[in-house]
Amino acid sequence: MYLRENPEEIAFRTEVRNFVQCELPTDIRDRVLNFLRVEREDYVRWQRILHAKSWGAPAWPQAYGGTGWNATWRTIFEEECFTGGAPRQIPFGLSMCAPVLMAFGTDAQKARYLPRIISMADWWCQGYSEPGAGSDLAALKTRAERRGDYYVVSGQKTWTTYAHWANMMFLLARTDSEAKPQAGISFLLLDMKTPGVTVRPITTLDQGHDINEVFLDEVKVPVENLVGEENKGWAIAKYLLGHERTNIAGIGMCRRLMRRLKEIARSEQKRGRPLIEDPYFRQRITKLDMDLMCHEWSLMRLISLESGNKAIGPEASVLKIRGSEIQQHLTELLMECAGPYAVPFVPAALELDSTAATAGGKLLNPLAAQYFDMHKISIYGGANEIQKNIIAKAIIGL
Amino acid sequence: MDFNYSEEQQMLADTVGRFVDKDYDFETRRNLSRSAAGFSEDNWKLFGELGLLALNVPEEFGGMGGGAVETLIVMEAFGRGLVVEPYLPTAVVVAGLIAHAGSTAQKEKLLGAIANGSRRFALAALEPQGRFDLWNVETKAVSSDKGFVLNGRKSVVSGGGSAASFIVSARTAGISTDQQGISLFLVDAGAIGVTVKDFPTIDGLRAAEVMFDNVTVTADALIGVLDGGYPILDAAIDCGIAALCAEAVGAMSKLIEITAEYLRTRKQFGKPIGSFQALQHRAADMLIALEQSRSAALMAAAKLDAVDATERRAAVSAAKTIIGHAGRSIGQAAIQLHGGMGMTDELAVGYYAKRLVSIDLTWGNSEHHVERYASTFS
Ligand SMILES: Cc1cc2nc3c(=O)[nH]c(=O)nc-3n(C[C@H](O)[C@H](O)[C@H](O)COP(=O)(O)OP(=O)(O)OC[C@H]3O[C@@H](n4cnc5c(N)ncnc54)[C@H](O)[C@@H]3O)c2cc1C
Repeated sequence: MYLRENPEEIAFRTEVRNFVQCELPTDIRDRVLNFLRVEREDYVRWQRILHAKSWGAPAWPQAYGGTGWNATWRTIFEEECFTGGAPRQIPFGLSMCAPVLMAFGTDAQKARYLPRIISMADWWCQGYSEPGAGSDLAALKTRAERRGDYYVVSGQKTWTTYAHWANMMFLLARTDSEAKPQAGISFLLLDMKTPGVTVRPITTLDQGHDINEVFLDEVKVPVENLVGEENKGWAIAKYLLGHERTNIAGIGMCRRLMRRLKEIARSEQKRGRPLIEDPYFRQRITKLDMDLMCHEWSLMRLISLESGNKAIGPEASVLKIRGSEIQQHLTELLMECAGPYAVPFVPAALELDSTAATAGGKLLNPLAAQYFDMHKISIYGGANEIQKNIIAKAIIGL
Repeated sequence: MDFNYSEEQQMLADTVGRFVDKDYDFETRRNLSRSAAGFSEDNWKLFGELGLLALNVPEEFGGMGGGAVETLIVMEAFGRGLVVEPYLPTAVVVAGLIAHAGSTAQKEKLLGAIANGSRRFALAALEPQGRFDLWNVETKAVSSDKGFVLNGRKSVVSGGGSAASFIVSARTAGISTDQQGISLFLVDAGAIGVTVKDFPTIDGLRAAEVMFDNVTVTADALIGVLDGGYPILDAAIDCGIAALCAEAVGAMSKLIEITAEYLRTRKQFGKPIGSFQALQHRAADMLIALEQSRSAALMAAAKLDAVDATERRAAVSAAKTIIGHAGRSIGQAAIQLHGGMGMTDELAVGYYAKRLVSIDLTWGNSEHHVERYASTFS
């Protein structure tokens, strides 16, 4: 054991911090740190800045244009980007579709899509969930029927994050309806501009629009867009979910929210003193800070096992649950900073360059909405109940 | 003690319950919330006809002379329907405040107007720098030959956008954090120098910022004694808090019913998700929190007329704290158990959760009331 960041790691942390400080456009940073709406173009701009620095794909091997960093370096990178106010790197292409293509794709698929993922020439979305298939993903009903050189795909996807911004979707569809639920599923790549694709917005609790319903009506997908073998998509889906879980410790987001919490608690006043000095409030921040420190050590402990290319197992569920709970508590305390001013909410004031008036100022306006929006992270990517089922079964052996 | 409703109380519960069940589905509520006024004048008239606005007005001034239990009954039903009409500020808080502290002339003039639905009021008490402290008052009222001149700003005034008059706490003596030296004034929303900016709230209601710029009122606008407004305000807001607690209980019980129904009908892995024990236990926790909250709301209502104000404060703060926590955990659980559906703006679920959080953040959050309770014993 060596329970300290080594000199290279320390130097790397400083390098990333400086880079974010110098290169992240300030308008993007302001929107991100102040919980305002981040635009499609903001994500793309930042991804391209990282790409130009060769940091576009922190988790990819160098052979594909990635950094080749180990998990510790990736965590340092994530923390520094988040605390510096960078938008998250959109995961659907980078951390979901790409690892699948690397592991299961053809050479042609890799050559075509991977460079476009890292440069964000393509924006990907994830077409897994359906109205009847959420936690029970294998219940999905979307059908893909082989007709000559095409699959003809019909069905409905839902909760699809950024489908309205995406030009590509990776999706699961049933190619054999006779087989057992898990056996007849295939993994397909879909161009969102294909006729028959309809995207409808879903408004969420924060009055925002990130997620969508996607209707697929006789959509023709060329057979070369099949990834891996027909009817073997379930193994790919599970492989991908493993990747999705590791990022979900949310350590960068936790760190950013904690920093913002302390800043806002310093600038808000209670009885003429900074709120952060109030013993009741300070105790709540303190407790959460302790939880966060431990969470970070759990993450480091776990990722140290991963080096040597052993993927993280069911233990990732522990991280996912703690990460989601801590982030939810952080947004709860952020909301409480606003006091009575947490209640008035002017959604228009979250938009780019809005001059809409707010009751308690632009800083406090988004905090309650942010709290409610954060309820999602214990639901998506495998709900916390499902994570606990995994812990009970796969770790404890019940 | 008798925890059963009297015949009249049962009738009241049935009447309001019917209104909410029949005329206040979530779609209706949503449309009202999005309308320009944010609520329905027709409903307001109906409340007048049903006698709900007269509930806290003494009989000699044209009211029903009801008490805390009647208010609890109405507010619980309103909580179930997430009613958006600004009933609480006018019919509970201001009605109670005038009935308790107004002069005979004020009572005659104002209480009748409340009872018959012709006038709405709002309480302008909190200020931007004061967070939840009612005694933190920097709005100034300076006496002049005509009466008083008011200057200052009041924040998050519930129902302020649709009120014809405000009851405003203003400093007439002392420094900005003294409990002494606060006086209460009746100010017309239309008076010269009053600016009202109405804002939507996270839960689909409205709250206003109200600015007073050299607003002149006559001497008879003073309510209660000069410099002695704080205890009156404190008591009136405790009545408001008890009513909010009852509203929260209504919202919680309806939210649990909605969630239970979802658990029965939503299927995953070939069975209703309500058959998973993990979710049954979560639902059971929600019910336990509701039961605690119901007791807390009754306790607060029972102590509103306690002779010893400390007893009242302790009970109200205890109830508010317990209900604040319960509302958060029930709201979060309801969203969680709905999965992705819980995150959508289309469903009522999110709005119940938001109303419960807003109630926690109105007139003192749990933290504030823990502190307030702690100051009641040595
Ligand atoms: C903001 C957001 C973004 C999303 N983005 C995407 C996306 O881009 N692409 C995509 O494909 N999907 C996406 N999802 C969907 C997400 O993955 C699903 O919501 C999730 O899998 C839960 O499914 P469900 O909503 O159908 O809930 P359900 O599966 O119906 O679950 C309802 C409740 O039952 C519980 N439950 C279910 N089964 C069990 C069990 N066996 N034991 C105990 N409890 C159980 C759940 O934990 C939950 O509390 C997103 C969801 C949200 C909220």
